[in-house]
Amino acid sequence: MIRTKGLTKYYGSRCAVRDLSVTIQDREIVGFLGRNGAGKTTMLRMLAGLLAPSSGQIEIDGQVMDATEGDFRWRIGFLPDRPPLYEQMKVRGYLEFVARLRGFPISKLAARIAQVLEFTSLTDRADDSIMSLSQGYKQRVGIAQAVVHDPALVILDEPITGLDPVQLREIRALIRDLKQEHTVLLSSHNLQEVHQTCDRLLVIEEGKLVFSGTEQEATERGRAQASLLVTTKGEKQLVQSTFDAAQNEGLVSNWDFERSLDGEHTLRVSAAREDAPESLAKAIVQSGLGLRALGTATDQLEDVFAELTEKAQ
Amino acid sequence: MSSANQPSALSGIALIVRRELSQYFGTWSGYIIAAAMLALSGLLYNVFALGSAPRYSNDVLSDFLNYASGTTMTAGLLFSMRLIAEERQTGTFPLLASSQLSDGQVVFAKYLSALALIVIYLVLTTPLAGLVFINGKVAFAHILGGYLGLMLIGSAAVAIGLYGSALVDSQLVALIISAVTLVVLLLLWITSRVVDGWLGDVISYLSLHDKHFRPFMDGTVSTANIIFYLSITAFFLMLSRNALEARRWRA
Repeated sequence: MIRTKGLTKYYGSRCAVRDLSVTIQDREIVGFLGRNGAGKTTMLRMLAGLLAPSSGQIEIDGQVMDATEGDFRWRIGFLPDRPPLYEQMKVRGYLEFVARLRGFPISKLAARIAQVLEFTSLTDRADDSIMSLSQGYKQRVGIAQAVVHDPALVILDEPITGLDPVQLREIRALIRDLKQEHTVLLSSHNLQEVHQTCDRLLVIEEGKLVFSGTEQEATERGRAQASLLVTTKGEKQLVQSTFDAAQNEGLVSNWDFERSLDGEHTLRVSAAREDAPESLAKAIVQSGLGLRALGTATDQLEDVFAELTEKAQ
Repeated sequence: MSSANQPSALSGIALIVRRELSQYFGTWSGYIIAAAMLALSGLLYNVFALGSAPRYSNDVLSDFLNYASGTTMTAGLLFSMRLIAEERQTGTFPLLASSQLSDGQVVFAKYLSALALIVIYLVLTTPLAGLVFINGKVAFAHILGGYLGLMLIGSAAVAIGLYGSALVDSQLVALIISAVTLVVLLLLWITSRVVDGWLGDVISYLSLHDKHFRPFMDGTVSTANIIFYLSITAFFLMLSRNALEARRWRA
């Protein structure tokens, strides 16, 4: 279990992190959210032992960390926003170097490297030089170096930055798999990433923790209503009257056109009732409109995030 | 909790030294620096140490050691300027900062790797001294003492270069800072001439080359001079460690 108590960091007179107390349970994936400059990276770097806090402390399994001592660092694996790769080294040699640098026993090294290579799907590229790898593979090597010494806590700072959609999906699956053996703390600007990967969210704003809980709790706390995206086919006037009627019935609290093209209309709808999706589908079909798609708006978390951070200001 | 790892500072230091050396030998930079300094040493040896007029072998060897001290110090700065600054530039420093090693151990590992390169460089210069030994009449102890001096002054230059590298992220700025520091330390003997009393003596004592290297040029090895160079080395290594530790508190 990782616990911070009153963690505070000043840069000169500016307070980057203020009195932050959080607890992260074993085998938990926690998403660390915050706007640029909110203090996320400072917090992660303190947890990784790269920065000493101005006050407060960090405990790992009850033991207090000292940032200037190296003894505890093997318990932590850290992937900065820019993977720390010696590009001229080969993947296997690099991982061996990192593991040994963090004191991993030589007797178990070969088996551990093979295990990590397999876990990160790098076995086929193990003898390639890192500079020859694509961005996605480099990110895998970055994650591999963070876990190769079998740490208790893995910290990933913006692990999906710069990846294409295929790489993103692969890395996302990899991060989920980390949970089997490690506690994971990741920061991301991509709220969907946090939505799909994490068990719990920590939202930080101006160095202060403004929320700690599950995504569902965040939604409740932000009082954000469920947003639906509905795509219909038909006359725009008919669409308008159908949704006005739904609003009058109290089925939806608000709605608006997102886009209209060739008689196909996509609308963003704020549901007012729990049965809104199925009732709305029924109303659309009964009105004679075609129903092309109906689902939860994927950027719902963004609304919650904006509300939480704006509240904190 | 994961299995307990067994931290070992020595193996960590050895790992960093090995990686640094393989980095130098795996790229052109190490070869280019060594080749340039060797060419310069050869040139200075031929033009100034040997000269055109007949000279005593001892004078030739002393002059060679004098010029070699300059190229060794330059090589020390060039070898060390990238040691930490490059890690920061390429984003790999967090690997070292989050390793089991303390900042002092990381600094020492980096120092050892550059010192190893200085030793290799000095070995490559031995044919020049060997020519004097074979063709002239000098004591082997004179050569040994001279090379000990070269290694010590090279060690001090590496530590000064490492300090510059620990201060800033740019290798070029690191080189400028270290070069200015080195030149100031070299020129202290001139400063001491215009300062009277005990302060003048202190400044004169701190001069990196004048009082402390000249005895090595003559083949004289004194414990005081060895301690002086080791102290300068230790002082700048300590400053380098402090610079790294300060970064943990700063940013």
